[in-house]
Amino acid sequence: MQESHTAVIERNVTWQGNFATEPYEAAWASEAIFFVRILSKANLPAILAAHVQISPDGMHWCNEGEILYLPTADDDSDLAFCRVKQFGGWLRLAGAVPAGSSVTVIVYLVLKG
Amino acid sequence: MMTEMQTALLHANPLLSRFDPLPRIIVADDFDRGLQGWTGLIGNYEDSLDSILPPYRDLRGPMLSNLSMWDTGSDGSMNGTYAMKLATRPQPGALAVAIKRLTFRHLGPIRLEAYFTFKPEASALKLSETDVRAVGVLFDLQEVDRHGANPQRIMPHLRYLNALDGEFVGRWQYKKERVALHEIGGSGKTKSHFHLAPEGWEFLPDGDQRLCYNEIATKQNWYYLRLDFDLATMSYLRFQCNDRVYDLANLPGVEPMRMPAMANLWCMLNTAFWVETDTAKRAFLYVDSVVLSGDW
Repeated sequence: MQESHTAVIERNVTWQGNFATEPYEAAWASEAIFFVRILSKANLPAILAAHVQISPDGMHWCNEGEILYLPTADDDSDLAFCRVKQFGGWLRLAGAVPAGSSVTVIVYLVLKG
Repeated sequence: MMTEMQTALLHANPLLSRFDPLPRIIVADDFDRGLQGWTGLIGNYEDSLDSILPPYRDLRGPMLSNLSMWDTGSDGSMNGTYAMKLATRPQPGALAVAIKRLTFRHLGPIRLEAYFTFKPEASALKLSETDVRAVGVLFDLQEVDRHGANPQRIMPHLRYLNALDGEFVGRWQYKKERVALHEIGGSGKTKSHFHLAPEGWEFLPDGDQRLCYNEIATKQNWYYLRLDFDLATMSYLRFQCNDRVYDLANLPGVEPMRMPAMANLWCMLNTAFWVETDTAKRAFLYVDSVVLSGDW
């Protein structure tokens, strides 16, 4: 049977300006899904991106290429996700919320391998 | 007591031969097999997450680590590849906690053993030996529902205060004073108190200990820890870290936190590890393996 684990890497946290989730070690896993659930939002732009980032050491980061677009419109679902594979040892989400905007989120990292 | 056969089998088992368990093994967790039921700690809430007491809102949970270092690559764990890792946020006083939630079936001695190590994040080319404030271990216990008059919740807490405000301390501490209990929400059924608060820690007599920090931030050596507690008398028996042994049963001033029993915690047997950072740098606690055993 495969190992699986759901980590709550942010809970009821408000993103304003630049944001990055705490480094999470996932070397044991072969696939991952980030879920972002929006608890509240204010003045979000039409497109707000959270970039999947990878790292060799948990300290230096680069974009992996996958992007999670947050559901910004009022009639959007509260939940968005993106899938990642071949990510090495560490994962996080990073991005920037424009000035005057904010979003409060729960972020899940679901790992399997 | 163990039989000779039990002891022989134990010593022939590569995971268990480095432990000294009591006759019944309740859990034997090797983190090469996953997180084994260790999870994050969250404060109690009703109706809204905003009702959580502030220090409980962002306790970081566990992950599996292969101890990869920026300069030497993967260290692996003491026995295998993976260890349970706790990582704080990079803010002074930030905490990360891993908890396992059980109940007990026999009122007698229990023994928690673990191999662990701790380090700050290696984000500076410096020794950084005073960047981790503390690492600790706890039980969270409550008496049986038919205990009779004045049942209690009992919380043995021990921590190694490595450093405080940049100064090396290197002493074991215990906590018997508890902070105030707060009502959560409006139902009258939910209460919360932050038992890991920085207040109330007292030095264990003769509790100084120099551990093997090693010489740079990316080298870690594993330590042995053992905590014995008696569920029959709800009192400490013994504590050990590497060669240092504390006969807590004969140190009458060393007491756990005690409080009136709570509504829904009967027979609770929780155990947890935590780490606290002293600086604006992440502190890491790694646990290779844990054995909890009982005497019945």
